[in-house]
Amino acid sequence: MKRLVILGAGTAGTIVANRLRKRLDASEWEIVVVDESRDHLYQPGFLFLPFGGYKTDEIRKPIRPTLANGISLMVATVEEVVADSDEVVLGDGTRLHYDQLVIATGTTPQPSEIEGLLGTEWRKSVHEFYTFEGAVALRDKLESFTGGRLVVHIAEMPIKCPVAPMEFAFLADDHFTKLGIRRSTEITYVTPLSGAFTKPIASAHLGGMLHERDIALESDFVTEKIDDDNKLLVSYDGREIPFDLLVTVPPNMGAEFVERSGLGDDLRHVRVDPGTFQSVYHTNVFAIGDAANLPTSKAGSVAHFAAHVFVENFVDHVAGRPMTQRFDGHANCFVEAGAGKALLIDFNYDVEPLPGRYPWGRLGPLKLLEESRINHFGKLAFKPLYWNVLLPGRPLPVPTAMSMAGKVQPEISEETKQEVTM
Amino acid sequence: MTVATIGDWQVSVDEEGFMTDPAEWDEGLAQVLASQIGLTLDEQHWKAIQFARDDFAANGETPTLRRMATAGGIPTKEMFALFPKKPAKKMSYVAGLPKPQGCV
Repeated sequence: MKRLVILGAGTAGTIVANRLRKRLDASEWEIVVVDESRDHLYQPGFLFLPFGGYKTDEIRKPIRPTLANGISLMVATVEEVVADSDEVVLGDGTRLHYDQLVIATGTTPQPSEIEGLLGTEWRKSVHEFYTFEGAVALRDKLESFTGGRLVVHIAEMPIKCPVAPMEFAFLADDHFTKLGIRRSTEITYVTPLSGAFTKPIASAHLGGMLHERDIALESDFVTEKIDDDNKLLVSYDGREIPFDLLVTVPPNMGAEFVERSGLGDDLRHVRVDPGTFQSVYHTNVFAIGDAANLPTSKAGSVAHFAAHVFVENFVDHVAGRPMTQRFDGHANCFVEAGAGKALLIDFNYDVEPLPGRYPWGRLGPLKLLEESRINHFGKLAFKPLYWNVLLPGRPLPVPTAMSMAGKVQPEISEETKQEVTM
Repeated sequence: MTVATIGDWQVSVDEEGFMTDPAEWDEGLAQVLASQIGLTLDEQHWKAIQFARDDFAANGETPTLRRMATAGGIPTKEMFALFPKKPAKKMSYVAGLPKPQGCV
C-alpha cells in the first residue's frame, strides 16, 4: 500500500484529496490529510463578515464531512518535512511516512512582521480581516465607528486575494454612505504597488473606481512601521498617514515548517515549477494553492484551476509516465464594488485582466472589468457552489485554461501604461 | 520586446525599459543606466547590485526588498538611501535584471 499525504485541508488540499480519491485505486493508495484545525473556513466570507454580511456558521464548518470516504483526516500540527527519508514529523513527534507529498498549507498574515502592528492599538484602532477572529473583531469595531480617517493598507505583496483590500474600501464607502457617515469619513487606500492594481489596464480601471468614490490612493508605500502612540502609518521614504481606524493586510507568509524543511522562498512559499507544482528540490513533493510560490494571484480560483491540471499530471506521475499538462496561471476574481454591484477579472501568467465577457465568449453573461449587478449575484452564488460543488471536486461549468473568447484588447494609451518614472 | 541603444551598448529591453537579458550587462553599462536615473554608483551600490545579480543567477528571480535585507544583509532603510523612492525598481534597472515580480 502506498501513501499520499496532503498537508492542509483548505480549498486546494480538499479539492485535490477528493479528486484524487476518485482517480487513485483504493487498494493501492491510501490518502491521509493532515490539518491543525477541525474546521474549514470559507475565506471569501471574511470580506463580508465585518459589514454584517454573513453569519459565522455560514463561514466555518467541520472539515470531516468535506472529505470523501476513503480519506483519513489527522488533526495535528506539522513540525518538519524530512524529504530525504520521505517523512513528515508531526507536532507530537509522530513520523508519518509518505510516498508522495502535497503541501497545501496556504499563506497566513503575519502581523509580527511589521514593527508596531501588534502594539497597544492592535484590535482597538488597528484591525485586519484575513482571519476569522480578525473579521469578527472588525465587525464589532465598525458597529461603533462614527466617522473619521479610515486607512485601508497592504503591507507587502504578494497577499492572498489581492483585490480584497480594495473591495473592503469599496464596501466601506457603501456602508458608511448608507449609515449617513460617509461625509465625516475620509478613506485612504495605501499600497506598496505603483497603482491600484498590478496590471496596467485593470489598474487604470480600478484606480478610476477609487477616484469616483472619493477614496484617496497612496501608492509606492513601503511600510516601515506603525506609530501606535500617534496613530500613524510610516513609510521608509518618510511619509506619515494618520488614521482613526487602520484596516491592514499584514505580510502573508507560508507555514513555518516550510522554512524549517528548506523547501521555501523568503516568504516561506514552497518553490515549485509553475507549470506542474513539483518542488524544485524533490520529485515526490508538490505544493498547490496559496502555499506555492506561483507567479499568479493567491486565490481560491487559482487553486481550483490548478487542481485540475495537477490531478491529471499526478495520475501520470505515480504511474511512472511524464507529466504532460502545464498550468497557465489562470485566475479569476469577483471584485465587490459596493451598492450591490461587482466586477470580474480573468487573467493568467501572460494575459492581464481585459474587458469583455465571461465565461461563454460574447454570450457572457458575466461582464469583465465592468461593474454590474449580475457579477454581484455571481459572487454571492459562489458560496453554495464552494461547499457543494468545488470542495467535493465536482466539475464547475467553466474552462480550466484561460480563454481569449469574449475578451477585448483595448488600445493602451500612453497614460495607462505604468510608466517607470524613476 | 525591443532593442535599445544605451550609450555604446545595444540591449534587449521590455516595454518599461528594463533589460531582459542579464548577460548583456556589464559594469560600464550600469554606470550609464545609473546616470539616466540620476544616481552615481558608490561602493554600497555595487554591493547591492552584485548581490542582486548573484541571487538572480542562483534563483532566476530578482530579489525583493525583503530578500535584499534577509539574504543580502542590506536593510530596507539603506536600500531607500541608495536608490531613493523606488529602490526595488531602480536597483533592478541598474543591475540589468527584470523588474521584481511580487506584484500579482
